[in-house]
Amino acid sequence: MSNFKFYLPVLGFVVVAIALWRGLFLDTKTLPSMLIDKPMPTFELTSVDGSGVSNSDLPDQIFLLNVWGSYCLPCLIEHPTLMRLSEEGEIPVVGVNYRDRQDLAIDWLADNGNPFAFSILDESGRFGIDLGVYGAPETYLVDADGVIRFRHVSVIDETVWQEQFLPAIAELRAEGT
Amino acid sequence: MSSSAIFPNRNVLLLVAAIIVLLGSLLLPNAAYSQVDTFEFDTEEQQDRFRTLSDELRCPMCQNSSLSGSTGGVAEDLRREIHRMIMEGMSDSEIIQFMFERYGDFILFRPRLTAATVLLWFGPLLFLLIGGLFAFGIWRRARKITDSDTQLDKSQQERLQQLLGDKT
Amino acid sequence: MIPEVGSFSLILALCLSMILATLPIIGAYQNNFLWMSMARPLSAGVFVFLGISIAILAYAFVTDDFSVQFVAEHSNSLLPDRYKLTAVWGGHEGSFLLWTFMLAGWMLAVAIFSKSMPLEFVARVLGVLGFLITGYILFMLATSNPFDRIVPLPPVDGADLNSALQDFGFIIHPPTLYMGYVGFSVVFAFAMAALLSGKMDAAWARWCRPWANVAWAILTLGIALGSWWAYYELGWGGWWAWDPVENPPLITWLFGTALIHSLAATEKRGVFKAWTVLLAILAFAGSLLGTFITRSGLLTSVHAFASDPSRGFFILAILGITVGGALLLFAFRAPLMKSEFGFGLVSREILLLSNNVILVVAAASVFLGTLFPMVYQAITDELISIGPPYFNAIFIPLMALLALLLSIGPFTRWKRTSTSYLVQQLGKVALAALALGVVLPLLVTREISLPATMAVAIGSWIILAMLLDLVNKTANKATRLKGLRALSFSYYGMQMAHMGMAVMLLGVALTSSFSSERSVLLSPGQDVGLGNYVFQFEGTASVNGPNYVGEEATFTVFEEGEEIAILHPQRRIYLATNTPSTEMAIDAGFLRDLFITLGEQKEGDSWSMTIYVKPFVRWIWLGAIFMTFGGILAAVDKRYRRLRRKQTESNRSKDKSNSIGGELQPSS
Repeated sequence: MSNFKFYLPVLGFVVVAIALWRGLFLDTKTLPSMLIDKPMPTFELTSVDGSGVSNSDLPDQIFLLNVWGSYCLPCLIEHPTLMRLSEEGEIPVVGVNYRDRQDLAIDWLADNGNPFAFSILDESGRFGIDLGVYGAPETYLVDADGVIRFRHVSVIDETVWQEQFLPAIAELRAEGT
Repeated sequence: MSSSAIFPNRNVLLLVAAIIVLLGSLLLPNAAYSQVDTFEFDTEEQQDRFRTLSDELRCPMCQNSSLSGSTGGVAEDLRREIHRMIMEGMSDSEIIQFMFERYGDFILFRPRLTAATVLLWFGPLLFLLIGGLFAFGIWRRARKITDSDTQLDKSQQERLQQLLGDKT
Repeated sequence: MIPEVGSFSLILALCLSMILATLPIIGAYQNNFLWMSMARPLSAGVFVFLGISIAILAYAFVTDDFSVQFVAEHSNSLLPDRYKLTAVWGGHEGSFLLWTFMLAGWMLAVAIFSKSMPLEFVARVLGVLGFLITGYILFMLATSNPFDRIVPLPPVDGADLNSALQDFGFIIHPPTLYMGYVGFSVVFAFAMAALLSGKMDAAWARWCRPWANVAWAILTLGIALGSWWAYYELGWGGWWAWDPVENPPLITWLFGTALIHSLAATEKRGVFKAWTVLLAILAFAGSLLGTFITRSGLLTSVHAFASDPSRGFFILAILGITVGGALLLFAFRAPLMKSEFGFGLVSREILLLSNNVILVVAAASVFLGTLFPMVYQAITDELISIGPPYFNAIFIPLMALLALLLSIGPFTRWKRTSTSYLVQQLGKVALAALALGVVLPLLVTREISLPATMAVAIGSWIILAMLLDLVNKTANKATRLKGLRALSFSYYGMQMAHMGMAVMLLGVALTSSFSSERSVLLSPGQDVGLGNYVFQFEGTASVNGPNYVGEEATFTVFEEGEEIAILHPQRRIYLATNTPSTEMAIDAGFLRDLFITLGEQKEGDSWSMTIYVKPFVRWIWLGAIFMTFGGILAAVDKRYRRLRRKQTESNRSKDKSNSIGGELQPSS
C-alpha cells in the first residue's frame, strides 16, 4: 500500500481544518486566574482613608474583592451595581485601589459614593501583582475562609451578577458551613 | 591537469581570504560593547539576566509583546518586580516561578515542558525523523532506477560486443 | 452614487470570474477551442473590473467620502493625501480587496506571458485562478464589502488612520507582501493544472520555474520590508517577533524556497515530481492560512484586524475547498507521476532533497508553534504562550544545518558526485571558514564569543564556497572575464540568493549577540555613553504636523570625540484620536545603527529616553534584497525566453489544428 502515503497530506489537512474550526469558538482574550482555590495573598498595607489593614480585617463571610481606580471608566459603569450590593447588604465588598493616587481615590469615592467596607491602597500595583491582576476592573469572589473561588474580568453589572456570581455563591453556601 | 588546476585555485582562495581578513579588521568598529542599563544593577550579569527575563515574559494585558517591549501598566510593574527580585538574589527559575504562580503559563513565552507540551518541544525532532524517513524512501527508489540503468547498459554492451564480434 | 458603482464593479468581476472558473476548464477536458480561448479575455475582464473597484475606493478616500463606512473608520480630513490613498489597505475590507486585485494582476500576467504554453494548459491555470477569485469576491460581497455605507447619518469626520500606519513603511510593505504572497497562487494553479490533466513533464517544470522564482523573490522582499518597518516603527529595535500573523508568510516562504529548489530537480532530472506539486499546494495553503489567522480573530496579535467569526468560517470554507480539494486530487493523481531517472547517495539530488526536508520541517515547526496555543486551549481550557524563546530554539539550529549544506550544493553533480572531489574542494573552504570564525570576532571585540564565531564561520563557509565555485566555473575559458560572461543569469541568481542568505544570517546572529541599549533620564546639556558613542541631549522644541502636535528633541552624537550625527526623535499626539506615538531617530549605517526613542517628559526639562547601538542590523535586510535580486535574475534567464519563442510558434498552429472549433479558424 505504498500509495497510502499520498493520502497523508489530505488527512493531515482534515485534522488541521477541524482544529481551526474549533478554534473559532474559543475566547483567547480572558486570562483565567491562577489563584482559584488558593488563599488570599497576605498583606499589611494601608487603606484609602489612611488606616492600617491586613488579612484579619477581611470579612468572615463570602465577600467580593473589587479592583478599581479613579482613572478607570468601566469602574464607573459598574459602580451602581456595587453600590446596590453594598447598600442592600447582599454581600460585603472590599476594594483594591489599583495604581491610583490616594487623593484622587478619596475624591472619586466622595463624588460617586463608597460601596466598599474598606479599600486597600495599592499605588504601586504590587498587591495587584500578587493577585494576578492585569487591568481594572476585576472582581474576585472570596469565601469565608479567605480562599479565592472565582474571578471576573471587566465590568460586573446586574446581568453578570445574576448569571455568574449568584450561582457561584449558591454553590459555596451549599458546600460550606 | 589536476595539479595545475588546483594551484591557481588555492592561490586565489588564499588571496581572497587574506583580503577579507584585512578589510574586516579595518572596517569593523573597535568597540567594547556595553550592556543594558535600564535599572541600577551591581553587575553586568544582573543586567543581562534582567534583559533576558523581560524578553521571555509576556505582557499580560498586551496583544502579544514581551515585558521589555511594552509600555505602561502591569508591564512596568512586573519589570520593577524582576529588578527587585534580581537584587534580592533570587535565581532565574525562582523569578519565573513567581510570575507563573500569579499569571500562569500565559506569561511564559518559553512554554514549560510538561506532559501536555511534549509534542510541542519534540515535534520538530519528530518531523525531522519523519522527513528523513521519507527522503530515505525516495532515495531508495531512485537508487533502484539507477541500478536498472546499469543493467540496460550491460545488455547494450553485450549487443555491442556481438556487433563487434560480427565485424572481426 | 460612485461607491455603489464600486460595489457593482465587484459583482461584474464576480460574474466574469465565475465563467472563467468553469468554461475554460470544461473546455480543456472536451478539447473545446472556443471555451479554452475565452480564458485570457475573461482574465483581462476580471482584472479591469477589480481595478475599477479599487480605484473607486481610493477615490472615496481622497474625496473624504465619510458616508462609506470603511472610509469613515480609517481616514480623516486632516490625513495627508498619500496616507488617504494607502488607507485603502488600512483595514480588513480594503486590504482584502487589494489582495484580490493582486491576484487578478498575477492572473493577467499569466494570460499575457503564456504564449509558449499549450492552450489546454493555460485554460486550466486561468480557470483555477478564476475559481480562487470567485471565492474571494463572494467572501467580500457576503461579509466584507468595502463599499458599505453608513446610514442614515454619516459622520462629519473620520476616525483617522491608526497612527502607526501613517508611515512610509505602510505604503510599501502590504502591497509588496501581498504581491509575493498571492503570487504563490499562480504556482498552485500550475500544480492543479498538472493534477487535473494527469500529466507532468519537464516542460511543466520549465514553465513553472520563472513564476515560482518571481513570487518567491517578491515575497522575500515583502517580508523583509515588514521586518524593517517594525524595526523603526515600534521603537525598541525588534525586527521579528514570531507573531501569529508574521508567521504564515514565513511558512509560505519556507515552503516556497523548498519549491523553487525542488523545481530545479524536476526540470533538470524529472525527479521529485510529486514532492514539487505538494510543495506548491502547501505554499499556497500558507497564504490562505495567513488570511485566515489575520482576519478571523483566531489568535491575538498586534496585526490582527478586528475579529468577526463569520469571516473566519467563510475563509475556512475557502481553505477547505481549495486546499482540501487539491490535496485530495494529489492523493489520486500523484502516484502516477513517477521519477524518470535515479540518483546516487552523493549527488545534487540528495542535497536538494535534504534542503527540502529541512525547509519543510522548519515550516511545519513554525506552524506547530503558531497553532499549538489554540489547540492547547481547546483541549485543556487553559491559556499558554509560545514566543521567541521557543521559535528561536527550533528555527536557528535548522537554519544552521541548512546553511552548512547550502555551500555543498553547487559543487555536486546530478546523479553522481565523487565524495573525494567534494572533500578536496570544500575541505579548504571549511578550514578557512573556521579560521575566520575564530579570528575576526577576536580582532574586533577582543573577547571570545561562541555565537559570533559560529556566525562568521557559517557566513564565510557560504561566501568562500561561492567564490571557489566561481573560480572553478571560469577556469576553462580563455580569460576569467569571458568565463564570467559565459555564466548564465540562472547561475548568478543562485549565487546571489545564497550570498543573500549568508549576509542575512550574519546580520541576524551578530546583531542578536552584540546589540546594546541604555535607558536614562536626561536634562538638556547632559549626555550618555554607549559603546564607542556619546549622545548629548541638546533640548526640545515644539513641532506641528498636519494632523499631530508634539515635541522634538535634538541629540548630537559623537564617536571618539568627533561629531558624526544629529538626531531628532519625536513624541507626537495625533489630534483626531488623542493617541500618543513615538518617532525614533535613527542614524543608519552599513555596519551599525544608532537610534534614540523618547519616553516621557519628567520634572522640569528632563526626559526619559532609550539609546540603542545595533551592529550589522542592516545586513538582515541587505541579505533579503540580495535574495530578491537573485530570484528575479534566475527568472529572467535567457533559457526561458529562447525556448518560449520556439514554443510559441509551434503552439499557435498546434492548438488550432488539434482542437474542436479550432479547425474552423483560418490557418495563419
